[in-house]
Amino acid sequence: MARTLITVPSSARRGEIIEVRVLIQHPMETGYRRSSEGSILPRNLLRRYTARFVAADAGGAGELVFAADLHAAIAANPYLSFNYRATTTGKFVFAWEGDEGFSHREETVLRVV
Amino acid sequence: MTNYLLTLVLALVLALWSLHTSAQDPRRSSFDAMSPATQALQRDDSQNPAMLWVKEGEALWSRAPVSGTKSCADCHGGLSRMRGVATRYPAYDTSSSRVLNLGARINLCRTNHQGQPAWRTEDSARLSVEAAIALQSRGLPITPPAHPALKAAQQRGATLFASRIGQVDLSCADCHTTLAGKRLGGAKLPQAHPTGYPIYRLEWQSLGSLNRRLRSCLSAVRADASSFSDEEFVAIEAYLMQRANGMPLETPGVRP
Amino acid sequence: MKRRAFLLVSTLTIAAMHACRVSAAPSRAPLSPTLEKLVQQFAAGRPVTEGRVKFDIAPLVDNGNSVPIEVSVESPMTPADHVVAIAVFNEKNPQNDVAVFTLSPAMGRARVATRMRLAISQQLVAVAKMHDGQCFTHTVDVLVTLASCLED
Ligand code: HEC
Ligand code: HEC
Repeated sequence: MARTLITVPSSARRGEIIEVRVLIQHPMETGYRRSSEGSILPRNLLRRYTARFVAADAGGAGELVFAADLHAAIAANPYLSFNYRATTTGKFVFAWEGDEGFSHREETVLRVV
Repeated sequence: MTNYLLTLVLALVLALWSLHTSAQDPRRSSFDAMSPATQALQRDDSQNPAMLWVKEGEALWSRAPVSGTKSCADCHGGLSRMRGVATRYPAYDTSSSRVLNLGARINLCRTNHQGQPAWRTEDSARLSVEAAIALQSRGLPITPPAHPALKAAQQRGATLFASRIGQVDLSCADCHTTLAGKRLGGAKLPQAHPTGYPIYRLEWQSLGSLNRRLRSCLSAVRADASSFSDEEFVAIEAYLMQRANGMPLETPGVRP
Repeated sequence: MKRRAFLLVSTLTIAAMHACRVSAAPSRAPLSPTLEKLVQQFAAGRPVTEGRVKFDIAPLVDNGNSVPIEVSVESPMTPADHVVAIAVFNEKNPQNDVAVFTLSPAMGRARVATRMRLAISQQLVAVAKMHDGQCFTHTVDVLVTLASCLED
């Protein structure tokens, strides 16, 4: 299972713009590199990241806040940082998808005071 | 009163002396010569990719490898109990009568206390646990223990450090003592203090051990990794830690 | 590359174990044909103007394997006026796409940061697409003195 490191404040004031940072363990293998034995390492990329926010009183799949389509030029162990304007208490749902059936999901609660 | 004064004067003298020595200490971590962008990676845990491995290590610490066996935490308690441990390795281990680095010491517990096969040096699990343990000592000074067997290893390491190797016929000391601080091609030669291991090296795009770093240096001088036996590699590690005695540990370090 | 060739090349550049130095200077220069085509495709016929976008890339980086980038756009990020997407293209990596980001007014700020790979000196462009389809760009010329990345 992939490791992730998510840095989001657990609470924020209404209207405050917070920073979201996510880091995930993934080789982002380009398909151009060779192993030390000389064979080509097969392409294995993380393709898409999405961040949704599900308001506590609304439920459902929530709204799409931010998404990223990633390509081979993104560094290994992809890092993304973006912002979010806190409006209501709820949870972030972060999802990563990639080659070889890679799929990972994380949730984190944001309390708005 | 005189006692109090004496203490005060002593404290002052000590403070001045330590200031003086730190100003005089010519030893530098490679961190100092890194670009601001790479320094930022190490400084900020939320950006440091090595923290992904640390998180893995924390999980492994409290998980039994197979049911019926004990987890590291079952015997050792919380990871914070490992504070200071990484500053002392390599160290002499009485049970195996050998000088072991931290990774090998971890493996000893894994084989003897958990009945599991030893992890390979660059096994991601071993690096993860090692990083999680060493993080507990971040900021603490490197303090190699005093032991005759460790001392012998340090001396052996010092000799190897000064010996010329490889087709290029350079010693570690040529690059890391004589030429340290100078540029060799594009790279600035560091003093080679092993303050941040295991490190996340941008070149590797992953976490790696001090042993792997040393093998990279060997391949740079067109020497084979088999130029040194396992014991010799550990001896060099022991010498490098002695050479860095008193410098603060930075694990998990980031290096270009 | 075979081991022997690898050795040969690395012997020549032994000095430079892994210094991939990157430095950037803002550029008013016209886009390279490759980038121009990618920008036009992304803009889908809407006007493309230079400005409003800031493409930040560290002037000096030790290693092309991980170069921090940040793109920010002047925008109120309200439902009525916001950035819908930002694309980053490079000229000479084996593939021209770096990333395409989808933005929403919920973000409050039009800013995104990530880390990319840079194999050689080249031009990079960030294109922001507004809610009305208009596009804005910022181009940077990046100098990569790739000295090796040859060891194991
Ligand atoms: C069954 C109990 C047990 C388990 C399980 C165990 N250890 Fe240990 N560990 C010990 C004992 C006992 C010692 C002291 C060894 C000695 O004195 O020889 C020790 C010593 C150590 C040391 C050296 C500490 C020092 O102060 O130098 C480290 C590091 C260590 N263990 C790590 C681990 C890790 C990591 C794991 C899990 C992978 C683990 N141990 C699992 C019992 C255990
Ligand atoms: C040809 C010159 C050269 C020789 C010989 C050489 N190295 Fe290195 N070494 C380097 C360079 C260059 C670096 C990487 C600098 C960087 O990361 O920017 C390095 C890095 C290191 C580091 C990492 C320091 C850190 O901050 O993590 C250690 C430790 C080290 N070398 C030890 C050795 C040892 C031990 C030997 C002898 C077996 C040796 N080196 C031989 C050039 C050399």
